[in-house]
Amino acid sequence: MMRGMLGKGIVRLSLALLLIVGALALSAPWLGLPDPEEVNLAEKLAAPSAQHLLGTDHLGRDVLSRLIFGSRVSIGSVFAILLLIVGFSTFAGSLAGFAGGAVDSALMRICDIFLTFPTLILAMFFVGVLGTGLTNVILAIFLTHWAWYARIVRGIVLSLKSREFVLAARVAGTSRFRLVVRHILPSLAPQVLVLATLDIGHMMLHVAGLSFLGLGVQPPLPEWGVMIGDARQFIWTQPQLLLYPGLAIFVVVMAFNLLGDAMRDALDRSGMLEEAVK
Amino acid sequence: MIRFIIKRILVLLPILLLVSVVVFLILRLAKGDPAMAYLRMSNIPPTEQALVDARMELGLDKPIPAQYFDWLSKALRLDFGRSYVTGRPVLEEILHYLPATLVLAGAGLLFTLLASIPLGVVAALKKDRLPDHLLRAFSFVGVSIPSFWLGFLLVYAFAVKLGWLPTMGRGGPLHMIMPVVTLSFMSIAINVRFLRANLLEHIRSRSTLYARARGVSERRIVWVHVMRNSMIPVVTAIGMHLGEMLGGAVLVENIFSWPGVGRFAVQAVFNRDYPVLQCFILMMTVIFVLCNLFVDILYAFIDPRIRLAGEQR
Repeated sequence: MMRGMLGKGIVRLSLALLLIVGALALSAPWLGLPDPEEVNLAEKLAAPSAQHLLGTDHLGRDVLSRLIFGSRVSIGSVFAILLLIVGFSTFAGSLAGFAGGAVDSALMRICDIFLTFPTLILAMFFVGVLGTGLTNVILAIFLTHWAWYARIVRGIVLSLKSREFVLAARVAGTSRFRLVVRHILPSLAPQVLVLATLDIGHMMLHVAGLSFLGLGVQPPLPEWGVMIGDARQFIWTQPQLLLYPGLAIFVVVMAFNLLGDAMRDALDRSGMLEEAVK
Repeated sequence: MIRFIIKRILVLLPILLLVSVVVFLILRLAKGDPAMAYLRMSNIPPTEQALVDARMELGLDKPIPAQYFDWLSKALRLDFGRSYVTGRPVLEEILHYLPATLVLAGAGLLFTLLASIPLGVVAALKKDRLPDHLLRAFSFVGVSIPSFWLGFLLVYAFAVKLGWLPTMGRGGPLHMIMPVVTLSFMSIAINVRFLRANLLEHIRSRSTLYARARGVSERRIVWVHVMRNSMIPVVTAIGMHLGEMLGGAVLVENIFSWPGVGRFAVQAVFNRDYPVLQCFILMMTVIFVLCNLFVDILYAFIDPRIRLAGEQR
């Protein structure tokens, strides 16, 4: 829906930003930052100083360190979710698209059920029953999003199935397994990659939202949504504590959205984008 | 038309039934013993004998399918049990908080339409010019900003700094401004793009070309012909936005201390109050499904092609 017109500069900037954030997240333990979980009440709500570049929070923890360590949780959890979803939904969607018949309609009915719930509310219910915590949030968001992917993958597989190169391979007597691995998957992969990139931001917002409510990542583990939840009571006196983690989520989500959009445009221009992804 | 409506409802019933199976199965995953929770709630000391009796009473000794049918028949009679915390019937509690949430979500939907229609039209008419670029940037911001953070930014600007709006709670119309804007921001951002794409598609369509050839004025083409056709998908999309609104309301109610059902449900998560949670999810899902049914019917009403295709099948 959103295509063209995006300056190359903005896309490059997003990519550069994500690479920097990724590098910081991966190297966080070796950057010589203060311990993000160390409580020091003597220095609580301190102003920025040489020791604490962005000051400290209400428990005297270093804000910059919590932001950088928080990126590991906020971004890492989303990658875990995507890995689960992409793996599972690619399997389920290709199975439905390829097998057709009863398998297809059974799988699609299951998708229908999961798409009937309002997403965030099903995730909340799941976490409420299984208990709060990062693992359960990851499972909950997987559970609420896989059906949507499976359905799109099925659509792509169905349209690939009728393409000449696949038909030719079939006529040549290629085995089913080989057909999927050598012919379908290579055309499917870029589409799923674009979908996943476009969705990273959305999922980050869900993880952060659940954590903000206190249902996701549990303190003292640093995470951006939790940091916003911690800082809300200081909106009158220390608004900067709210500003940093929110800005971090916003900028990273935006960069992923811009990147995903540019990837979709590129794939579209090359004529490889399937109707199901648009 | 009646046949179409009946058909749609008949399709929904098995899906709702399967939804209840999923809810039941997730409930079965819960840690902790429901019999124990029941005893705690009733202030009975948890002796061995009391636990066995409680399991019998709650039907936990029966096989799982039998338990499901017991549970379902109770749910159909709107008996969702009592809250583990307050001991009051769950339905009563939920219905007490529900109106505030529906007011918030309804106002959010209304505001989404009111804001996104003119903005979408401007974006389409000024395609590739400054207003379009600005609205494009706005859309990216809208889908990227965490709603809970946006809420606090608004509170900081309009309550803390300027002192124009109340920070929390429910009261006059002033209390609604920030929660509604926070709730609908993302939907507006999505809807503006969606409407723009639809408008541009119809502006290029053959029927528009034909209207132009007949000498219909440009203004009439845009506001009558193109608008009418482009609004149909936008109306359908409203059903989807409602799902986001019901979920988003949980966050917004928390930020602004809005006394709705979402805030109540978050407390239920902390208290592991399963009866409340199951009633909450069933209620929200049914509301979501019924609204989408309503939108479907409305859609068929506006666009006879859908209705006829549905009847032929």
